[in-house]
Amino acid sequence: MKLTVNGTAHEVDADPSTPLLYVLRNDLGLNGAKFGCGLGQCGACTVMVDGKAVFSCLTPVMLLEDREIKTVEGLGTIDNPGPMQTAFIEEQAAQCGYCIPGMMMRAQSILEANPDATDDELRHGLEPNLCRCGTHMRILRAVSKARTLMKSASAAPAVERA
Amino acid sequence: MNISTPLNATRRGFLAGTGALVVSFAIPAVAQEGEVATPATPAPQNPDLPGSLAETPSLDAWIRIDANGKVTVFTGKVELGQGTKTALRQIAAEELEMDPASIELITADTGQTPNEGYTAGSQTIQNSGTAIRHASAEVREIMIRQASEKLGIPAEDLRAENGRIVASDGRTLGYGEIVADDLLHVDATGNVPLKSPDSYHAIGKPFARVDIPAKVTGGAAFVQDLRPEGMLHARLVRPPTYTARLVEIDEDAITSMPGVVTLVRDGDFLAVIAEQEFQAITAMRAAYATAKWDEKENLPDQNDIPAFLESAVSETGSVASVGAESVSGARTLQAQFTRPYQMHGSIGPSAAIALFENDAMTVWTHTQGVYPDRDALAEMLDLPPEKVRCIHVEGSGCYGHNGADDAAADAALIAKWLPGKPIRVQWTREQEHLWEPYGAGMLTRVSATLDDSGKIVDWRYDLWSNSHSTRPGSAGSLMAARLMGRHFQLEPAKLQISPSGNGDRNAIPLYDIPNQRVNWHFVPDMPVRVSALRGLGAYCNIFSLESFMDELAEAAETDPVEFRLRHMTDPRARTVIETAAEKFGWSDDPLPQGRGRGFAFAQYKNHAAYLAIALEAAVDRETGIVKISHVACAVDCGEAVAPDAIINQTEGGIIQSMSWTLYEAVQFDRTRIQSPDWSAYPIARFSAIPDSIEVAVVDNPGTPYLGVAEAAQGPTGAAIGNAFRHATGKRIHDLPFTRERVKTVLGV
Amino acid sequence: MKRLIVRFVILLAIVAAGLFAYAWKPAIDPATPPQRADFDQELIEKGAQLAAVGNCTACHTNPGGRSFAGSFAMPTPFGIIYSSNITPDPETGIGQWSEAAFSRAMREGVSRDGSHLYPAFPFDHFTRVSDEDNKALYAFLMTRPAVKQSPLANELPFPLNIRFVLAGWKLLFFDEGAHQNVASRSDEWNRGAYLVDGLGHCGACHTPRNAFGAEKPDAYLAGGEAEGWSAFALNEASPAPVPWTADSLYAYLRRGWHADHGVANGPMAEVTGNLGLLPDSDIRAIAVYLESLMGTPSAEREQRGEQALKAAAASDLVLASASGAQDDTPAARGETIYYAACATCHDSNRPQPFGGSNLHLSSALNAPDPQNAINVILFGLPAASGRQSSIMPGFAAIMNDQQMSDLLAYLREEFAQQPNWDDVASRLTDTRSGKYHVSVRPSDGIERGPDNVGAKDQ
Repeated sequence: MKLTVNGTAHEVDADPSTPLLYVLRNDLGLNGAKFGCGLGQCGACTVMVDGKAVFSCLTPVMLLEDREIKTVEGLGTIDNPGPMQTAFIEEQAAQCGYCIPGMMMRAQSILEANPDATDDELRHGLEPNLCRCGTHMRILRAVSKARTLMKSASAAPAVERA
Repeated sequence: MNISTPLNATRRGFLAGTGALVVSFAIPAVAQEGEVATPATPAPQNPDLPGSLAETPSLDAWIRIDANGKVTVFTGKVELGQGTKTALRQIAAEELEMDPASIELITADTGQTPNEGYTAGSQTIQNSGTAIRHASAEVREIMIRQASEKLGIPAEDLRAENGRIVASDGRTLGYGEIVADDLLHVDATGNVPLKSPDSYHAIGKPFARVDIPAKVTGGAAFVQDLRPEGMLHARLVRPPTYTARLVEIDEDAITSMPGVVTLVRDGDFLAVIAEQEFQAITAMRAAYATAKWDEKENLPDQNDIPAFLESAVSETGSVASVGAESVSGARTLQAQFTRPYQMHGSIGPSAAIALFENDAMTVWTHTQGVYPDRDALAEMLDLPPEKVRCIHVEGSGCYGHNGADDAAADAALIAKWLPGKPIRVQWTREQEHLWEPYGAGMLTRVSATLDDSGKIVDWRYDLWSNSHSTRPGSAGSLMAARLMGRHFQLEPAKLQISPSGNGDRNAIPLYDIPNQRVNWHFVPDMPVRVSALRGLGAYCNIFSLESFMDELAEAAETDPVEFRLRHMTDPRARTVIETAAEKFGWSDDPLPQGRGRGFAFAQYKNHAAYLAIALEAAVDRETGIVKISHVACAVDCGEAVAPDAIINQTEGGIIQSMSWTLYEAVQFDRTRIQSPDWSAYPIARFSAIPDSIEVAVVDNPGTPYLGVAEAAQGPTGAAIGNAFRHATGKRIHDLPFTRERVKTVLGV
Repeated sequence: MKRLIVRFVILLAIVAAGLFAYAWKPAIDPATPPQRADFDQELIEKGAQLAAVGNCTACHTNPGGRSFAGSFAMPTPFGIIYSSNITPDPETGIGQWSEAAFSRAMREGVSRDGSHLYPAFPFDHFTRVSDEDNKALYAFLMTRPAVKQSPLANELPFPLNIRFVLAGWKLLFFDEGAHQNVASRSDEWNRGAYLVDGLGHCGACHTPRNAFGAEKPDAYLAGGEAEGWSAFALNEASPAPVPWTADSLYAYLRRGWHADHGVANGPMAEVTGNLGLLPDSDIRAIAVYLESLMGTPSAEREQRGEQALKAAAASDLVLASASGAQDDTPAARGETIYYAACATCHDSNRPQPFGGSNLHLSSALNAPDPQNAINVILFGLPAASGRQSSIMPGFAAIMNDQQMSDLLAYLREEFAQQPNWDDVASRLTDTRSGKYHVSVRPSDGIERGPDNVGAKDQ
């Protein structure tokens, strides 16, 4: 079946009932989405589908044909990080870092839907995602910073952005 | 950083021996401070040398310089999310006069690095950092001496700069040009002076963590992310209880499922192996649904852990006995505190990859101790230790002995059945929640006597607890070894009283109290599996004694901060207490109804970091909800190598301890653990996070490193209890502060 | 003609005067707020239990706000009504209310100042509460922390914003008066009836309402609506696959879940959470009374219940997998979705109550309308903060209306042996868009206290 991930169409040979998480990681070699619980309780596997945050561990790929899937790899690269990634690096917002890509994808979906989301809205929106190291204060700071960076990125002329 | 490189390199050449690296340190027999019955670190070869140099004195065990000038530093410690990979680079770069980013760092790998036992007890910077610091300084001096000979210039006219030796006449020699074959194959002397703090360019300076960019862009950063060619996916089928015996499994039904390669059954150890991950998961589910087990009812009563602990004591050890046996005073108070079993609960369940090839086993694992794990694996697999190599690769956050070593054992046991195939074991969430060793349940009783002037003159403290470490070193520590047909047994737990403490960690108050009796009533039986969880006994002991300090302060009609200072002469302790109080704005101004302030202090292990914390909590008596609004904390861990990492660790410790204190208790009935996931074992979510946490690092440049990563656990719990008391006039003695408990204590 | 008009005007004036006399209520003088010492501790504790039965906190606490401080928005078909502050704050709460004023509000639905209260405050039930219980409730509320917080103004159109109009509503629909015991029934049954009809105000959600928002007297507890959720029938029309018994009702109300019925969900979660304060005997009384309303199940129902239990037990043992039917029907497509997206939790024999519930036992799938099934699939069950709770992810962002409708067709066919509901499409559209308002709450029976997290409104 065909899956569109980070703007690229992929032909994947997987049982249609396979959860997206395993297709992303094993078939497409994308490490961003992590296995955390397989139950939709922790958010480590969060990716975006058509702009909305979903748990990839519980989303069978059969439901995703013709949908736009975005993972943390789609936000930028190590050499050219996007605003959300830059914000997390600048705020040093990680301890072990395992939950962080899921946090970033949920925050990204909140800010794409509402670029002016308040700090309270961001905090509330991150509720489904767990962090055990206790990096919450920094994650909140990074997400606030990302809100600013995303605005200036979208305000900048296309050439500069490239 | 590309973590898959060592894997590939190993696939090509490790077992043949690439020869690129001369590792010339002996692998000595072993003893780890405090935590373990089974010794873990090697015996010191030269106890006078600083840090881990005492056990591994050879400089080339720590630092290697290539002819092209590339510097590689080796540590036996691992990255657990505490920023080790960055901080150790800063330390080496400081003495080697280099840019930290230009240094290659190899972390724990039995094939390459020194044996530094476990990365535990907040000792990485203290032990490995100290060793690397001194080794780097000695290497720098060797470089200068060599350059002096080569250039014919007196050593005092040479200096190190940017990885080169620079002469006063302008000539320079790179480290790579100086280094010769065995130049660094010498033991450290311990005599080379370290740089003075005023000339630092790396230590204490803000360096971005080296591991974060890969982690936020989808790089292969964790053991879970390794996918060697030809890898097979394994999933475990664990029994429903620790001691259940496998009665029946329809093997054919499982092995005939799509993609299933085989089913491994060895005694009560059961695993399915498949080509694709989801096939392994599907087969695992089928096996779980059809396997039949014989279970026994042998867990204690969850609702009366004190009764279990008191009934199971084997011996009592004296932790401290100071001053007179019997003292009279104006007033004697007493209290009892309890702590339930609590979980590490890493967000990423444990995983490992193992490959059995040419009669040798290689395991990629997020263990905290590659050497002790290797020894345990070797015993389990019936292989000589030199035929087992453990390579550390990061896992999800590690707060002590979680499922990492077990997953390594699971992978190794399976890999031995399938030679030549890399086997990836990934635990499920339920397996992590049900099978990780928990932090031990505890009971403490304290009584103290105040004299007429409000000074504590007598202190009696008793604690009941299991050992807080059942770490590997021997096969019986590994779940796979216990389940397999040979049924290895866990070595019997022994009471050990040591300076760092175990269940008795921080049981001795740091305060000036002339008469003290502290006893550990040791419970050897572990019906609920336990081992090291961040802080060991320190969390419950500090919760108990710092809660009790507030009770005493109240009895003495003294402000809690003032009361602590009254009993504290250590100037560094006084400084953190005063700093935390000042940053918080400590006062006795009235607060709105239902709000309270709490304070607590401890020096972790009584010889590591000093930490004081003040916080404000709101208690809603109608719902029983306790919410921490803001926190101020001061910490002194000696010379601060990476201040931002110290703040990060401390913030994390505060939030984690808040979660333990307010919410967490492993649930079980008499047969099974009943906390298989985040539904049944909830932890703090964003809505519970304080509005602000301020951490002040009290820097002491030039003083020894003091372990810090676990220092916040105990004081945070006690400060919450004290804030609750201040807000409501009532004290909660039993952890956690669930809403039901709060409502019961407060009444209507 | 003229005389006729005059006579008519006089008649009108008389009616108006009579109406006015009926409608006009005097203000009761402000009282000095009582002190805690004015009440017996025992009375306060009794009041706490009664307030829990009344679920007062649910409507009088705004999620994230202070307990009982009001300003919780209650959407009604007529507009939004905001709850009042019932803390003893003298200015913004009920601090100046005497006990007489409080009792009148409960009994007659009249505020201290004499104005009529909207029936969103269920005085049609509270009128049944005994004087003695009102006394205890008063003692409890007057000893809560006072919170200064003015209630928000209601958003109602003319003439509903004129409180005088409510007199007419009362004239038509309000049956004032204390609860009357039925002599032929046991004390336990009567106690249950008193709690259910009085403070418990179960009918406020479980009885359908007429066009004027009044409970239909001829459809007592026959199934109503609450905050976007269907409140199932508590009479013989109960949709539970396994018939309720006094024992199962007791266990469900006591713990918030029952193995044969699943977990309390939506607004009911708060009810069971609050009932935690009640003595076992009161819960038992409620269960006994409700069981009598449901009546003895027919042999056919009993048989169906046994089949459902058998099917649920069987799915513990067989490996979850689709039947392999290749038909391109909605239910066949839905079955594929079920086994890929739902069976992991719902067919996995995970321990209750936190594992996925077995859908063979689902009342929602056997209900007359698909609303609760739609709500749960779209929005899931959010996690409660720091408290055990069932958690289910919502599938709103994953499944489109077609996929969800297929899934519902399968669920309905497989677990209720009935054809798909015929209003699935419109309900899905309105619920997804927010046109149909649904409150989504953790399933743990959490009260609407401060930081009742995970709670959100759709």
